[in-house]
Amino acid sequence: MTNHTEVLDALSDVRDPELDEPITDLGFVSELEIEGDGVFVRLRLPTYFCAPNFAYLMVADAREAVLSVPGVTRAWVVLDDHYASDEINGGVNEEKGFDGAFPDETESPDLEELRTIFRRKSFVARQEKLCRALLAQGRSPEQLAETRLGEVPPSETFEKYLERRVELGLDISPEAPLLVDPDGKRVPGDAVVQHLRFARTVGVSIEGNAELCRGLLATRYGRGEKEGVKL
Amino acid sequence: MYEKDGEKYFVVDGHVHYWDASPENWIEGQEQYAKGWIECFYGYHQLGPEEYYWPMEKYQKYSEETMMKDLFEDGYVDVAIFLPTYLKAWYREGFNTTEQDAVLAEKYPDKFILNSRFDPRDGEEGLEELERKHRRYGFKGVKLYTAEWHNGSKGWSLKDPEASRYLEKCEELGIINIHVHKGPTIWPLNKDAFDPKDVDDAATSFPNLNFIVEHVGLPRIEDFCFMATQEPNVYAGLSVVLGALMHSRPRFFSKVMGELLFWVGEDKMIWASDYAIWHPKWQVEMFVDWDYPQGHEFDDFPRLSTEGKKKILGLNAARLYDIEVPPALRLPEAETDAQSVEPTVS
Repeated sequence: MTNHTEVLDALSDVRDPELDEPITDLGFVSELEIEGDGVFVRLRLPTYFCAPNFAYLMVADAREAVLSVPGVTRAWVVLDDHYASDEINGGVNEEKGFDGAFPDETESPDLEELRTIFRRKSFVARQEKLCRALLAQGRSPEQLAETRLGEVPPSETFEKYLERRVELGLDISPEAPLLVDPDGKRVPGDAVVQHLRFARTVGVSIEGNAELCRGLLATRYGRGEKEGVKL
Repeated sequence: MYEKDGEKYFVVDGHVHYWDASPENWIEGQEQYAKGWIECFYGYHQLGPEEYYWPMEKYQKYSEETMMKDLFEDGYVDVAIFLPTYLKAWYREGFNTTEQDAVLAEKYPDKFILNSRFDPRDGEEGLEELERKHRRYGFKGVKLYTAEWHNGSKGWSLKDPEASRYLEKCEELGIINIHVHKGPTIWPLNKDAFDPKDVDDAATSFPNLNFIVEHVGLPRIEDFCFMATQEPNVYAGLSVVLGALMHSRPRFFSKVMGELLFWVGEDKMIWASDYAIWHPKWQVEMFVDWDYPQGHEFDDFPRLSTEGKKKILGLNAARLYDIEVPPALRLPEAETDAQSVEPTVS
């Protein structure tokens, strides 16, 4: 029989696309019930008016993640306390898609474009984090431009960076250059500093938003006593 | 005016509201939105220091006396700028309209600056209305919500030709300060509703207008920064940045400030409390005391001097709105310069 840990583990692969963190770490998963081959998950967000497009992505991704767990054949994921809860829950659980859930309210194509924008931002921010660590270890910006993936010492930061490269369909072979832009174009040595300066701002923005959302979630659902479901 | 360590700060609050979100003002059938909206604001409210929390009932509707005391007696504010938020789809008389604000602005003309709004989707009629309102109130600024729904439309862009006609009208009437809400949004169904890029085009096409991006494009600060650095007439409206982060997330606040100082510069940043979401008193006090925390991660951000804080807390906004600053509160040298600061990458 499916157990909590397996399902939560699957849910921890679901990220808030904008905040680039797992929904389980953010405290967005408030309830999890398993009955036979069916799983029920309840999600909550920092405000009643959180962007419905991102909310939709998380609910849909959570459902898909749960269904990917061996032995699970039925999944219901519901979002609570949101102005568009009904549309989102109906849309996801009946597999209508975002545009189907909000007829006449969005401009096609569906949400993939938005997801791509944030995958690119996440890639940029993760790359900067890794490069900051490498610079601190004594590499020069020019050396970074020449570094290949196979020469980077293993670390969690590096792992995360590779995951983001995979999501964008970029080369992760050991010979591939470390420093590329989101389109896979190599960053030349004399542009590294500027490239990383831009990247840092992207990282601060993502991090700052995550903090803001954590703060709002805490004011909405209380600090400490209602932590959400944890691994 | 705020005074600390012998320094005097002229304080202009760049973004205040006099709202009515009481249940009596909710439109039948729309109650969940009206209630949800003010509860959402209340969540933000609680990111400030606890001793400033209000009970919900007071937060829904506060009195003239409360507002006057909070801003001008306790909050060090010399002049406050009203920015309206209509939301007439949920609130009978609107959430916070020009007409509501005018009650106070006309009673205390030396304390408040009144602003209005437009929505290019209102067409010819809207243009006439803007002119009529301007004749009646004589404002110098408007607040725009590009993500707002309207008769089946799910938002608009400053790049739209209709928007250009309105901006031309603003220029003609002397409405030179265009406050654009690019921040936590109301109905962000349109995928691009957060995107501040349309401000870029408008700022280039209308070099005589100032574009104040309210909430600095949160949650897309980076898009805002990269744009603002190229446009001399784009300003950073700091409401929410101080209120939501300075107390509750001080290290992140410092990083965001560092980024803004780097890309936008202290001459183009404008403080605002977003009253009554947050009280101005603690924001002014804490900001004057603010410096980067310990840690190398802050090393290469530009430093902010007392002079820079004076600009952000009031002198920059005073320049945009032509507010007379008492001689003793001006900066020692000549006029500050509104030129854009070219960021340099070290």
